Amino acid sequence: MRISSITAALAFLRNTWRGLTSMRTALVLLFLLALAALPGALLPQRPLNPANVEKFYDEHPTLAPILDAVDAFNVFGSVWFAAIYVLLFVSLVGCLVPRCLEYLRQLRARPVRTPRNLGRMPHHEQATVDSSVDEVMSATRRRLRGWRTSEHTEADGARSISAERGYAREAGNLVFHFALLGLLIAVAGGELYKYEGQVIVMADGSSFCNSGTYNYDSFRAGLTVDGTELSPFCVRVDDFDVKYLHSGQPSEFRADISYQSGESLETGVWKQHDLEVNNPLRTAGDRVYLTGHGYAPRFTVTFPGGETRTQTVQWQPMNTTTMLSQGATKFDPPGMPDEQRRQQNQIAITGLFAPTAAMDGKVLSSGFPALRDPAVAVDVLKGQLGVSTGRGQSIFSVDQSMVESGKLERVARENLRVGEEIRLDDGTVVRFDGVQRWVNLQVSHNPFQPYVLGCAIAIVVGLGASLSIKRRRVWVRAAPTGPSGSDPTGGAAASPRTLVEVGGLARTDQAGYGEEFTRLSGELLDSVGGSPGSAENHEAVSARGRNS
Amino acid sequence: MPVNQVLSTYSDMAFATSVAIYILAMLLYFGEFAYGRTRAEVRERTAEPAMAGTGGTGSVDAPQQPVVGRIETPSKRPWPERLGGMAVSTTVLGALVHAASLLLRGLAVERVPWGNMYEFGSAICLAAVLAWLVVLLRQSRAVRRDATPAQLRGLGGFVLLPMVLLLFLSGTVLYAEAAPLQPALQSYWIWIHVSAAVVSSGVLLFAGVASLMFVLRVRHENNPLKLARLGGRLPASQVLDRLAYRATVVIMPVWTFAIIAGAIWAEAAWGRFWGWDPKETTALVAWIIYAAYLHARATSGWRGVRAAWINILGLVAMLFNLFFINIVITGLHSYAGL
Ligand code: HEM
Repeated sequence: MRISSITAALAFLRNTWRGLTSMRTALVLLFLLALAALPGALLPQRPLNPANVEKFYDEHPTLAPILDAVDAFNVFGSVWFAAIYVLLFVSLVGCLVPRCLEYLRQLRARPVRTPRNLGRMPHHEQATVDSSVDEVMSATRRRLRGWRTSEHTEADGARSISAERGYAREAGNLVFHFALLGLLIAVAGGELYKYEGQVIVMADGSSFCNSGTYNYDSFRAGLTVDGTELSPFCVRVDDFDVKYLHSGQPSEFRADISYQSGESLETGVWKQHDLEVNNPLRTAGDRVYLTGHGYAPRFTVTFPGGETRTQTVQWQPMNTTTMLSQGATKFDPPGMPDEQRRQQNQIAITGLFAPTAAMDGKVLSSGFPALRDPAVAVDVLKGQLGVSTGRGQSIFSVDQSMVESGKLERVARENLRVGEEIRLDDGTVVRFDGVQRWVNLQVSHNPFQPYVLGCAIAIVVGLGASLSIKRRRVWVRAAPTGPSGSDPTGGAAASPRTLVEVGGLARTDQAGYGEEFTRLSGELLDSVGGSPGSAENHEAVSARGRNS
Repeated sequence: MPVNQVLSTYSDMAFATSVAIYILAMLLYFGEFAYGRTRAEVRERTAEPAMAGTGGTGSVDAPQQPVVGRIETPSKRPWPERLGGMAVSTTVLGALVHAASLLLRGLAVERVPWGNMYEFGSAICLAAVLAWLVVLLRQSRAVRRDATPAQLRGLGGFVLLPMVLLLFLSGTVLYAEAAPLQPALQSYWIWIHVSAAVVSSGVLLFAGVASLMFVLRVRHENNPLKLARLGGRLPASQVLDRLAYRATVVIMPVWTFAIIAGAIWAEAAWGRFWGWDPKETTALVAWIIYAAYLHARATSGWRGVRAAWINILGLVAMLFNLFFINIVITGLHSYAGL
């Protein structure tokens, strides 16, 4: 009984495996994969755009939690999506291994023997020609150069050649599927070893070094990356320029940067690079991209005691078409050793910045993204910014809870052009000095990227071979015939005559073997004496006609 | 990069003209389609009664080549067939004017003429029309034909119909003034990636139409009473199936290449080669559907009508990607849009 239950279990496993690796299952899994990817395109995805997910939550308060519960906002990181492609790739491996073995066997095998009745083949022609069997055979051998052939002598004295060609099709197909597998592995490897960081750098000769994750504004990394071994290099942003069309559409972004990596880190030599949207910097195995830009208004605060503090802090573009930006520039009062007093006299300048001011009454907006007539509309707040409360602070805004609790108070509200200033009641002066541009850089690292590319190329090449090469067979049989028919060798008679039969079969999807077969058999028959005008040729033509 | 207004106006005029020419060509095809078969039917009945069911590959439909020895009076071509001939010449003319429109647009803005939705739509249609003309040319040159030119032309109106609709949509709703490209699009990859995508979309559009007609024709072949007027005048199912398959197989490596080229470009422009952007995702979905189509053709029980439906589904995914994703879902690609 034990044995039979083991047999049953084995049979079950075998059937499951067969089922999983069958063509039909592969087909169903492909469909499932396509279907499962769709919500990833149609619904907002959290890793791509969390704000859109929030918006979706607001618009569909009942539906959103349900979708969220099934990971519909993170399709490509979900378990069910992974399940489908893992199954597909298990199926793929299970299918590829036996196919490789079968292919190796075929490569060693000889083309199949010529069938008895070539007339039954999908492609067939015949003619009686004024050549000997030997002549036909050697002409055939010549014509079938490049084909894999084998020759046979049949019982009745006829001789034949069977030939096959297009083995590279299967090779291409296997290469394609293996490359698909390789691509997935390389992508998965990349997920483990890659990192990606964003950093804002002022375009005034400020620099940034890839020496630790703390240098970044945001940093994401694969599981194996702990941030201690980033590729060493430094980037300095010397200048940044945007060109706009009249419509306000940007036509060119360019950051002039310098960088040091490898040797030049020691020698201190800066190398130049024009960082543009389609022209990242590739150095030290990392890539540096220009992903954004913006303005940083410069403010100088002159405190009642006469001390001044100047700060240039990036403000955040709210609208990429007009570059109207918002932000908060924060100051600590000088000369206050007492921590508590200092904390209570902090100053924040917050509000809007417009590169080209367009006033609607007193409301500032921006008419153009370039720096033509910069202005700010700011609130000056005084009090406790709450920087040390331990709560995360945005660099683009002040902590609203401090305002609500009355610890931070608005002391002025004003629109300023460059050079204009506000005088507060306590004598403090806030001046809008000018504007500095900043750029957003993205540093990316993925050591598996070259393998991904290699696999992708193999995919295209393999697919091209698999789809353009046809696996096909042709058979030629030459049988002695003619007036002196009693002489089977055909050599003795004055004019040996031979019946030549050609048959063809495409082993893969039917389309398009006919043309080649017609050409091949026509040339073959012509070369052995089926010359135009002879009666035999006529026969051949009508045979062709019937078969077309 | 100033825009040359004169050239751009000429381009628009050429575009409108080509649409008008295509409409005329379409009517001519349909004219032949509606009135053309009568003579062929007569000839069929008298000349070659045993045409159905002769096995073999792609040799089921009507007799194609004159049987040697039979004398045929070189009669004047009947008028429906002449309509068909005119339809083809008109299509060629339309394609020429259409190509001129794209060329002028490119010259007007000194860049590739496929930088926004209007231009994509137009270029894709041109690719599809050219695919159709290539099919006609190949078939007329072929040694072994499995459809007469007249039978094949029966497909013409159905190929041009969606083209005319698409062009109309591109020229109205999606129309965009000639303008230089966004910085992200200023790369030589726009030549490589977008032209590959445009050509594949055009050819797959043709393949999808052929598959759709195949499904209709099979329905008719299974029951001649069904779709009698329409089905009876289409090319034989084998021909339609082969056209769809050939077109898909020829273009599949190009389409694969287009996606990969897009990934290479994205690596340079957006900082990653793949980011599940809606457009990328939907392109992959369409690609997987076409992979499923090719698989189905190698799976018993799935060849024929089922496979054809998969091909049609692939086309739906392509169109969905072109319109819905570009217009409704805003991903990174959408700046190319409206
Ligand atoms: C990972 C997903 C897969 C994709 C994207 C894929 C894609 C393709 C494509 C595009 C072709 C067309 C090439 C040709 O016809 O020669 C093809 C053919 C083929 N695939 Fe796959 N495939 C996948 C998985 C599988 C699996 C799991 C199996 C095994 C069950 C399989 C077996 C085959 C076979 C036997 C062919 C040859 C069909 C023929 O000769 O026409 N594939 N595949």
